[in-house]
Amino acid sequence: MSISIEEIKKPENIIYRKPALLTDTVMHYCPGCSHGTVHKIIAEVIGEMGIQDQTIGVCPVGCSVFAYNYIDIDWQEAAHGRAPALATATKRLCPDKYVFTYQGDGDLASIGTAEIIHACGRGENIVVIFINNGIYGMTGGQMAPTTLIGMKTSTTPYGRDPKLNGFPLVIADMLAHLDGTAYITRQSVHTAPAVRKAKAAIRKAFEYSQKGIGLSFVEIVSTCNSGWKMTPVDANKWMVEHMFEKYPVGDIKDVLAAK
Amino acid sequence: MAEKILMKGNEAIAISAIRNGVDGYFGYPITPQSEVMETLMKEKPWETTGMVVLQAESETSSINMVYGGASCGKKVMTSSSSPGVSLMCEGISYMAGAELPCVIVDVMRGGPGLGTIQPSQSDYNQIVKGGGHGDYHNIVIAPASAQDMYDFIDWGFELAFKYRNPVVVLADGIIGQMMEKVELHPMKPRRTDEEILQAAPWATTGKPATRSRNIITSLSLDADIQEEFNRKLKHKYQLIEDTEVKYSEYMCDDAEYVFVAFGCSSRICEAVVDELRAEGIKAGLLRPITLYPFLAKEIARLGRQARSMMSVELNLGQMVDDVRLAVSGSCPVYFYGRQGGNIFTPEEIVREFKKANSLE
Repeated sequence: MSISIEEIKKPENIIYRKPALLTDTVMHYCPGCSHGTVHKIIAEVIGEMGIQDQTIGVCPVGCSVFAYNYIDIDWQEAAHGRAPALATATKRLCPDKYVFTYQGDGDLASIGTAEIIHACGRGENIVVIFINNGIYGMTGGQMAPTTLIGMKTSTTPYGRDPKLNGFPLVIADMLAHLDGTAYITRQSVHTAPAVRKAKAAIRKAFEYSQKGIGLSFVEIVSTCNSGWKMTPVDANKWMVEHMFEKYPVGDIKDVLAAK
Repeated sequence: MAEKILMKGNEAIAISAIRNGVDGYFGYPITPQSEVMETLMKEKPWETTGMVVLQAESETSSINMVYGGASCGKKVMTSSSSPGVSLMCEGISYMAGAELPCVIVDVMRGGPGLGTIQPSQSDYNQIVKGGGHGDYHNIVIAPASAQDMYDFIDWGFELAFKYRNPVVVLADGIIGQMMEKVELHPMKPRRTDEEILQAAPWATTGKPATRSRNIITSLSLDADIQEEFNRKLKHKYQLIEDTEVKYSEYMCDDAEYVFVAFGCSSRICEAVVDELRAEGIKAGLLRPITLYPFLAKEIARLGRQARSMMSVELNLGQMVDDVRLAVSGSCPVYFYGRQGGNIFTPEEIVREFKKANSLE
């Protein structure tokens, strides 16, 4: 049996569509980059929770500096690394709002370590989405604090050498030690099941942020196929084989989980 | 009659913030202004007006908290002293670029570097000329008493919101630490959510379906768009220069010798003028109250009338450059200053004045 295009386009037959809160602006992200998928699931979560008019996002400096062009909510664009400070004041002054930061590993784990650690220490009731692809994307592929040992970047052209460049920072595990954090999880978006899990984690983080129990942190282990100089498919494979070893996916801390 | 209370200039800042409906204060301890946050914490305004008071992990963070709060259209402020304000300059530049209103109190101490903890005016150039990167101006107002510290918070927010621009209250360790009687004006309530929507329709208050999203940013990757924005700022600064200059004159009408001094130095120079007048020397004092915008026209006018002018500052000579520019050669402009946290006496200034003008 065959059905016509008109039949397929009927609302009751649509099973997938671009989230309403994702704008029509053409994304500047490279094909294969994880940012687009993470943007999409954030837009879905905000839309499904019906909180567009109650949500304030804070963008970082890095590839996702233009996140404000893609998700249809009010946004603040922070200086490099400072997003958790902006979010702190925003949430404290507007406690009924959902406030989240969206930060990469250069922004959060390097120049912004003081801001993220103290936001966690104070138990700010905000959500932090942390994109960890082990590299500085926007400036052209330099070493990040999260770059793996041996990984080649434009500032570690012979591979990251711990004697010269130190060791990767496993920031989510560090933050889990702080009493002010409520939910710390590490996810990825390289397969459909992974996307569904990451979306559920983001939704949980948004819900937790209104419970007054502290900061919720969702790390997304991501690919940067341009920076890694791989095809999108190879980048996904490389991420599973190498990144997951240092940054394993799964919940790290959940203060409301059944004991 | 209005209530008068004896308090330090720093305490006046805190009390004024609470009484003038400020929504949030974010700060980091540094001498000589730590009493601001200490007073706020002791007063617990979150239990009365609902004002948020938070100790940040650094001045970098506190100014960025101010950025976040200002983005929401709230009346937010911070205070610090010279080295702390240097750390804030990144954030101040971003706020100028994002056109965000806020009040920053800088209780200056001696520098450079860690310097001293004693009073100074050595950050005139830093604050009046910008401090951070990029083409921008802070609106800068210079208190000379504890009463000014109290009054300038409300005035500062009025200017900040009128022009969507950071305002710096440029004080010094003397004004911060000195105790004086302060007259308290009637309480002003904090703005309601509806009033914030009216006063700051650009703010990130949560996007309803009825408007497009509000984005607070200082970023532009297009040179033409950035240049257009720079010109828009220039237009705003011109308007500020045309509208907001504020100063006071003391015995300037027939003055043959005009002192120019701001903040604590202007208080000391009043005594200098009195002393010289008692000797029959026609001296006067011009006190800039706004440092940006600068009182260039008034200085030019008095420069044509005076035999000479003298800029008196607690630094190596910073405002004197602006005085000379304004005078533009119509009379000699001398400078006298002390540094490192040392403070001049009126007698010392009289002596230096006479030496410079060959009146000995």
